[in-house]
Amino acid sequence: MYNFDFVKPSNIPDAAKAMAADGAQALSGGQTLLPTMKQRLASPSVLVSLTGIPEMQGVCMADDGVSVGAATIHSKVAQEAAKLYPALAALAGGIGDPAVRNRGTLGGSLANNDPSACYPAAVLGSGATVHTNKRKIAADAYFKGLFSTALEDGEFITSVTFPVPQKAAYVKFDQPASRFALTAVFVAKYANGVRVAVTGASENGVFRWAEAEAALSANFSAAAIANLSASSKGMISDLHGTPAYRANLVKVLTGRAVSAAQ
Amino acid sequence: MPKDSGIGASSKRREDVRFLTGRGRYTADIQLHGQTYAAFARSPHAHARIVSIDTKAAEAMDGVLAVFTGADFAAVGGNPAGWLIQSRNGETMKEPKRPVLAHGKVRHVGDAYAAVIAETVEIARSAVEALDVVFEELPAIVDMAAAVADKTNRVHDEIADNVCFDWGWIEDNRAAVDAAFKSAPHVTSLKLINNRLVPNAMEPRASIGVYDPGTEDYKLYTTSQNPHLTRLLVAAFVMGIPEHKLNVIAPDVGGGFGSKIYHYGEEALVLAASRRIGRPVKWVADRSESFLTDAHGRDHVTTIELASDKQGNFLALRTETLANVGAYLSNFATVTPTFLHGTLMAGPYKTPLVYVNVKTVFTNTAPVDAYRGAGRPEATYSIERVVDKMCRELNLDPVEVRRKNFIQLDQFPYTTPVALVYDTGNYQATLDKLIDIGDFAGFEARRAKSAKAGKLRGLGLSTWIEACGIAPSALVGALGARVGLYDAATVRVNPTGNISVMVGAHSHGQGHETVFAQIVSSKLGIPEANIDIVHGDTSKIPFGMGSYGSRSLAVCGSAMDRALDKVIAKGKKIAAHMLEAAEGDIIFADGKFSVTGTDKAKTFGEIAFSAYVPHNYPLETLEPGLEETAFYDPANFTYPAGAYACEVEVDPDTGRVEIASFTCADDFGNVMNPMIVEGQVHGGVAQGIGQALLEGCTYDANGQLTSGSYMDYTMPRADDLPMYTVDHSCITPCTHNPLGVKGCGEAGAIGSPPAVVNAVIDALHRAGKNVTHIDMPLTPSRVWSAMNA
Repeated sequence: MYNFDFVKPSNIPDAAKAMAADGAQALSGGQTLLPTMKQRLASPSVLVSLTGIPEMQGVCMADDGVSVGAATIHSKVAQEAAKLYPALAALAGGIGDPAVRNRGTLGGSLANNDPSACYPAAVLGSGATVHTNKRKIAADAYFKGLFSTALEDGEFITSVTFPVPQKAAYVKFDQPASRFALTAVFVAKYANGVRVAVTGASENGVFRWAEAEAALSANFSAAAIANLSASSKGMISDLHGTPAYRANLVKVLTGRAVSAAQ
Repeated sequence: MPKDSGIGASSKRREDVRFLTGRGRYTADIQLHGQTYAAFARSPHAHARIVSIDTKAAEAMDGVLAVFTGADFAAVGGNPAGWLIQSRNGETMKEPKRPVLAHGKVRHVGDAYAAVIAETVEIARSAVEALDVVFEELPAIVDMAAAVADKTNRVHDEIADNVCFDWGWIEDNRAAVDAAFKSAPHVTSLKLINNRLVPNAMEPRASIGVYDPGTEDYKLYTTSQNPHLTRLLVAAFVMGIPEHKLNVIAPDVGGGFGSKIYHYGEEALVLAASRRIGRPVKWVADRSESFLTDAHGRDHVTTIELASDKQGNFLALRTETLANVGAYLSNFATVTPTFLHGTLMAGPYKTPLVYVNVKTVFTNTAPVDAYRGAGRPEATYSIERVVDKMCRELNLDPVEVRRKNFIQLDQFPYTTPVALVYDTGNYQATLDKLIDIGDFAGFEARRAKSAKAGKLRGLGLSTWIEACGIAPSALVGALGARVGLYDAATVRVNPTGNISVMVGAHSHGQGHETVFAQIVSSKLGIPEANIDIVHGDTSKIPFGMGSYGSRSLAVCGSAMDRALDKVIAKGKKIAAHMLEAAEGDIIFADGKFSVTGTDKAKTFGEIAFSAYVPHNYPLETLEPGLEETAFYDPANFTYPAGAYACEVEVDPDTGRVEIASFTCADDFGNVMNPMIVEGQVHGGVAQGIGQALLEGCTYDANGQLTSGSYMDYTMPRADDLPMYTVDHSCITPCTHNPLGVKGCGEAGAIGSPPAVVNAVIDALHRAGKNVTHIDMPLTPSRVWSAMNA
């Protein structure tokens, strides 16, 4: 690891000021960033810790849904969202291992946008709204591909609001080594339709499976997608699965998520 | 009633107290006055010429003490191969020099070409980045078949076809084997890959070199499974240090699985660096370095053929294997795919004709060497897979086929067609035990239950044998070993009657400190708590050959047993003197020396005290002191054997395999500590399941390690594994060592992979899928792809 400066602001304006500095890098859990720095693959000059800001912490019910502070650790979401949004809480409780869940945060995960991370599936699958220090971004406009988001320089997530669905479930098929999603599907049924978000499968990161959404909006049952198949085009190919295998998982897991949704 | 101490008791592992409470003392824990730090510059390329290395900027950095490159070691020796293998044509194998630091060329990603010594690790690493090196990249040689065919690209410029040797075992049998195949009613063929594995000891390698300018003595703290061999290699072969001026200490070592048997260049580097700068030099590998540079395991590509009649009687077996040795020959790299593999190709069967051909191939990958089981898992996997395939082809019961081909009880000692002599065994007994405790009778009911849950259940079998207790020196010497493989122990009885035993075996997790003390306790009738086992320090222990090949108890334990016999014999002499009786009338039992037929006796403690306070000894005939050493060279290998069964459930939608149960019936000979034996089997099976389902070390076509971290290399975790059913009650004691022990350390890793794979194939077959083979690891993607091919 190279040397760096460290600041831990206690409010959003101070954090915004710190983030404006040259070479500043937000730190919110550091589950990807710190290993990268230890391997000397990243060398930010200033780390701005976002975990000391009270308004970026915790889970509460807001007018437009469940609001989760961006610096809330996964284990806290698993606990505090359990009654408000059980599928979201279950997702948070299944990320990584206890050490990861007690450090990693919602905002950290979303800002990094790993193509195999869990949280992007919940955010996109819920049609959530990403709140930053500058603006609100709809989930559909937030994810821009592999490790790429709508966040601009100096911008950081402060909270995310999740509209609460009638039914929802997240089914993850573990990548056996990392326990990230080899492929995972978040299905959420709202009054105005069903959303299906897939993570771990596409080279472009999290995406919505439009055909399944249409079929499930008409008939919310696993049988409704029996005749669909996800395309393997653009799916990830690695040691753990071929594109065809991932495409198969998209369908299998979507069916299982529908069956599990409550 | 289970025993509560001594031989046969499940004594709790005394070493675990310090391991589990953070009080172990590993190499990285050792902090020496004035200590400095080494960091290595490692090749980012699989294959490249080193055009130039400019060290000036690095040397000029504050805190940098020295920079070494390959040129600094050009004049000293290389790290030698431990065995010289003869090719079929009578030529001796190729042995390219393995230098301390790469010189002229780098040959695998991670190959160290320079090292920096600095005041801190961070400065050393920054200085490594400041080295200005120019590489001329060369095509990477990764695939073995391509390496053999390629006459222009060479890992070592002097070796034209990248082949180290082409070995036939037994070459004289080849014609008869080929003839048997020509006339056989049935031939089953299978091409399979024994997947490359990364050892992943919990503790990464680490070394500290210390040179004392006052005495000109060197000391090396290092993560070694055999400190005396390391001393011999560093002193006599690489550095030219007089052996008596080098003390090697392997303190607590956190696992090895083979990867820490060998001498590595980093050990020589820290010694050379300490000599140059006059201060201790420490290096601790990070996990990435472990992945890149620890000797990997397995990596065979094999075609195996089994000739049989239609009833499944084996007539002949023949194999052709390409075995990867990586870029350089690690110390045991040449014996692992040959005499630890080819000689096991008879398995527990009376196959009359066997021929094995192995070509070892240099590639631009990390060196490959012995890893838990070392050659024997490869042999067992090949045999047990082809036997299973034959059973399917001929529609025969895999249990009955194995039964009828077993070497029968009345055939021992049995000489195999691949030149081993199995002293004893009872393969029917372990198979019967397995069928019983594995509840084979209930399988159909369990299968039906799985089917109801939408899962495909399968049952896989493996009956295995290994040769361990390595090894008779005369035999291995005749086969090309450059070392003897005896072991040694010194039993030192202290004046107050407690005991220190200095052993040549090295414990890096096995539990020697507990088990060896149990044996001493039983033999001398004194409490285990009064016995300490000392290992790992060449200045304290007799010259031993360390731990690997399930040899510690069979070889070093036997040495200790012999030394204890000598202590008892000496004790009798002392007792005879003290009790004024004839030596022949003294008997030793229950910790007492007594005169037969009388109530005159002396306790062991009294004898011990007398030995060191010899106020009235007849010194012409009775020496003071009570300390004895024995060296033990085994007469034969030992042959543990067993039968394993695995039940799996396959998810037909995802291809995911879950181990539903795993059952082991082993014959390890006499068992000294059942709890530790069971733990060894659990760990071995975990590694076997890891190999079968999870672990795969892969390089891409450019020679980049694509499974270089725990993000991609899947280690087995608790939730990947079942609760095991383990039995070791079928016992045929080893006939040629005094304890009657055979060894249990590698068994689980040897017997389990084929049981797992056979179970998956069975599950698919029962579901109507015509899948005959899937290469390990059987990842969900691979299983699903095979089902949907």
